[in-house]
Amino acid sequence: MSMNNQGRPTGVGTAVPAGTSDFTSTSGSSLLPNEPLLFEIGDREHSGVDLPDVAIDGSFLGGFERKSEIDLAGLTEPETLRHYVRLSRLNYSIDSGMYPLGSCTMKHNPRLNEKMARLAGFADIHPLQPVSTVQGALALMDELAHWLMTLTNTAAVCLTPKAGAHGEMAGMMAIKAAQEAAGQGHRKIVLVPESAHGTNPATAAFLGYSVKAVPARDDGTVDVEAVKAALSPDVAAIMLTNPNTCGLFEPEVIDIAAAVHEAGAFFYCDGANFNAIMGVVRPGDLGIDAMHINLHKTFSTPHGGGGPGAGPVVLSAALAPFAPVPFVRKGEGQLALVEHAEGQHLGRITAFNGQMGMYVRALIYMLSHGGDGLAQAAKDAVLNANYIKARLERVFSVPFPGQPCMHEALFDDSFLEGTGVSTLDFAKALIDEGFHPMTMYFPLVVHGAMLVEPTESESKQTLDRFCDVMLELATDARAGNVARFTSAPLNAPRRRLDETRAARSPVLKWERQEPLPEAAE
Amino acid sequence: MRYLPHSEHERADMLAVIGARTAEDLFARVPAHALLREPVNLPRHAPEFLVEARMKALAGRNHAAGDGPFFIGAGAYRHHVPASVDHLIQRSEWLTAYTPYQPEVSQGTLQMLFEFQTQVAHLTGMEVANASMYDGSTATAEAVLMARRLTRRNRIILSGGLHPHYRDVVRTYLGDGPDLVCLPPSPEGQGDILNRIDAETAAIVVQTPDFYGHLRDLRAAADAAHAAGALLIVVVTEVVSLGLIEAPGALGADIVVCEGQSIGNSLNFGGPYVGLMATRKEFIRQMPGRLCGETVDADGNRGFVLTLSTREQHIRREKATSNICTNSGLCALAFSIHMSLLGEAGLKKLARLNHHNAVKLARMLGTVPGVELLNKSFFNEMTIRLPVPAAPVVEMLAKAEVLAGLPVSRLEPDNPACENLIVLAATELTTDDDIAMLAECLHAALAEDVQ
Repeated sequence: MSMNNQGRPTGVGTAVPAGTSDFTSTSGSSLLPNEPLLFEIGDREHSGVDLPDVAIDGSFLGGFERKSEIDLAGLTEPETLRHYVRLSRLNYSIDSGMYPLGSCTMKHNPRLNEKMARLAGFADIHPLQPVSTVQGALALMDELAHWLMTLTNTAAVCLTPKAGAHGEMAGMMAIKAAQEAAGQGHRKIVLVPESAHGTNPATAAFLGYSVKAVPARDDGTVDVEAVKAALSPDVAAIMLTNPNTCGLFEPEVIDIAAAVHEAGAFFYCDGANFNAIMGVVRPGDLGIDAMHINLHKTFSTPHGGGGPGAGPVVLSAALAPFAPVPFVRKGEGQLALVEHAEGQHLGRITAFNGQMGMYVRALIYMLSHGGDGLAQAAKDAVLNANYIKARLERVFSVPFPGQPCMHEALFDDSFLEGTGVSTLDFAKALIDEGFHPMTMYFPLVVHGAMLVEPTESESKQTLDRFCDVMLELATDARAGNVARFTSAPLNAPRRRLDETRAARSPVLKWERQEPLPEAAE
Repeated sequence: MRYLPHSEHERADMLAVIGARTAEDLFARVPAHALLREPVNLPRHAPEFLVEARMKALAGRNHAAGDGPFFIGAGAYRHHVPASVDHLIQRSEWLTAYTPYQPEVSQGTLQMLFEFQTQVAHLTGMEVANASMYDGSTATAEAVLMARRLTRRNRIILSGGLHPHYRDVVRTYLGDGPDLVCLPPSPEGQGDILNRIDAETAAIVVQTPDFYGHLRDLRAAADAAHAAGALLIVVVTEVVSLGLIEAPGALGADIVVCEGQSIGNSLNFGGPYVGLMATRKEFIRQMPGRLCGETVDADGNRGFVLTLSTREQHIRREKATSNICTNSGLCALAFSIHMSLLGEAGLKKLARLNHHNAVKLARMLGTVPGVELLNKSFFNEMTIRLPVPAAPVVEMLAKAEVLAGLPVSRLEPDNPACENLIVLAATELTTDDDIAMLAECLHAALAEDVQ
């Protein structure tokens, strides 16, 4: 038997065999600094599953049997548990502390959602089972659709997009299809404010549009006159985020919608910040034609270290006939699943029925809060952001003062001027104080932006502690204690990581340092 | 409102600090007539036990795959997921973490992604893999766009053995036009894709095992594509097959995309799933999606970061390689844990077990009068032709609680050649009793139908 962990480690630093990892605690943190790679502790003969070894009675593989080695490392079940539990302890999560990432919405993830999503009636059903055997799943999709349409006052919803950016793509495809059907296919320009999420211009370009930036006013919002000036018969749509990425509600949004419609274009709203207004303002009343809703942000499905997300897109009556398939339709006696594009419907944007597992979690979050609780959650999210703004704004300057913010508070880094401490240094110092940093350097329109989103699930006590730490750090930076910032983080599983080196000479997988041992078979 | 921490008293204190009179003052910038005066017409908040009862009632109206004999595959497979996989992914630090934007406190997720990328690269026989895509179908569409960027050619040819849903997704992404050639369904494993390659072709897309279960000759496809300066994109919807079948990378594939659901992830009615994408090292700057790379920290310790992000939308905006700004992190984690548990030895055994059961299924189907097996080769999935339309037969068997497979007409409603076809899969969970029950019910249904 060969032990792969006898080889050299793959990079600089010391990999140690499982069970003997250094346990270094620098600040009461119980995180482990070193966990070897799976490939350094695993073995090609180890396995954590017990499967019968069968003799196949004649092969039907047509001569395509594998001859090359796979080179996969295996772990026994106890080794697997330790490896992944140890790795997990190197992560910050919303269940370990406040995660004020602006625009990302890190709120409490209820465990009822997880428990229910694992019921066999949801987790163990196949997307292509006879429709008669999945009526409960279709009813759930229908109910989720009802909630989304009611909260937004829109005519239709396409549930299938796999993430917010995928929802944007579906919504913009529907706009494109509607315009082509109306003989307006010559419209090739999409207006996007400079402060927009990067996915907006990327989505527009992805669909063959050219992107034209719309400037913001000094108060951080878009001026209807600026939109009118940019509109022309070649404009297909505007993609506007509301509340916007500066954390502000666009006060002229209704006039903007009217101007856009007058010019024969559509109004796409990036719904990433819908949790600031759910139950309080219905986007359909503002004149939007399409808006994706990040179920993982707004209705709290766990982010899982980057996904899976879910990005249903609501559509106005004008766009409803151009929704992608599949969707649920009420039939006689039972619910039907419309699986093929009829008439003007777009085709399919993903193989099956979208993120059912996320639908379950989102609907549970809705039922638990109710319409009343969702409105209260939006109000509390806005209250929390304004509270942070009020407590910090004498030290941390607010780029667009004199107006309440929505669910996120935006600051700039002018307080660090002349201190020798960068915005990034400041963020890393926050890690040492036990907080995940806020969103840094976004939106791009604000120099050294710090976008703080507390969400509705943070208590006043937590917000106060966060504000106290922010103010203390600012005082320390201005007092000239630069080293505290430039050396941060000290109390994290890793010190500052060299991102330039990673990009210049990419190492994207583990490489074996010694020849592969002979196959055991 | 069990998730909202403030008391009314605290709300009032906070408003005082802000200098606002009421919470409504904070919405002052919303045009007054757009602010809802009445609550939305939706149910009020509900206690946990009532929500739980409601969800159980909905779940109870579905027939779960484990409730009886089950033979549906067609791009989503029912495999056993070891208990430790689900236990581990529910740990808070995995479940409730975000994108690793602060790598110093996200090393768990980042190291996992690095290990995942290595597993996917090894499994597919390719040089590099990304940190996952939404699913296999969207990964296929992205691979096609990537091939266009790489070759600066436009024509894409989709094999008739490609999953019809995948074909439809590519068609939606690309739009109908002369540069997208979709070959007709090839249930008997036939196909003339190699003769269709020309000097305009950016890539051909070949699935193996294909939608109908046939194993396809990738070496011949790679040679033909490369001779014309085109790329070979290989699609694998059943990754367990790679434990037994030659890696696409060893046969000349340029881009490999897979649906990774089979390893570690439940059926979930179609999602969330996890798309795998792997390619040659020289193509990484045109590969969409996240990448995790190795580096060192200020103390010289090994660490991991997201890298090469200049390809991505948050840096390049309208010039990005795609609009994707996430990955299927938790599903990739489930894949990686299950793959670690299996290891090389376990994956090979699992693949053999799947093939073993499929051989038994094929043999049993061969004994049912009127059933014709179309496959000469298969891994765990096959196509049969009935003497009568398949959909009513499948529906009849469902009433007997036997989920017999997919009537191809559900995906190809306009194609009369598909009307009598059923695609069926066996996995390690398929028992001899299940197979016997299927054969018996099919026999009875056909006998009844013929009368």
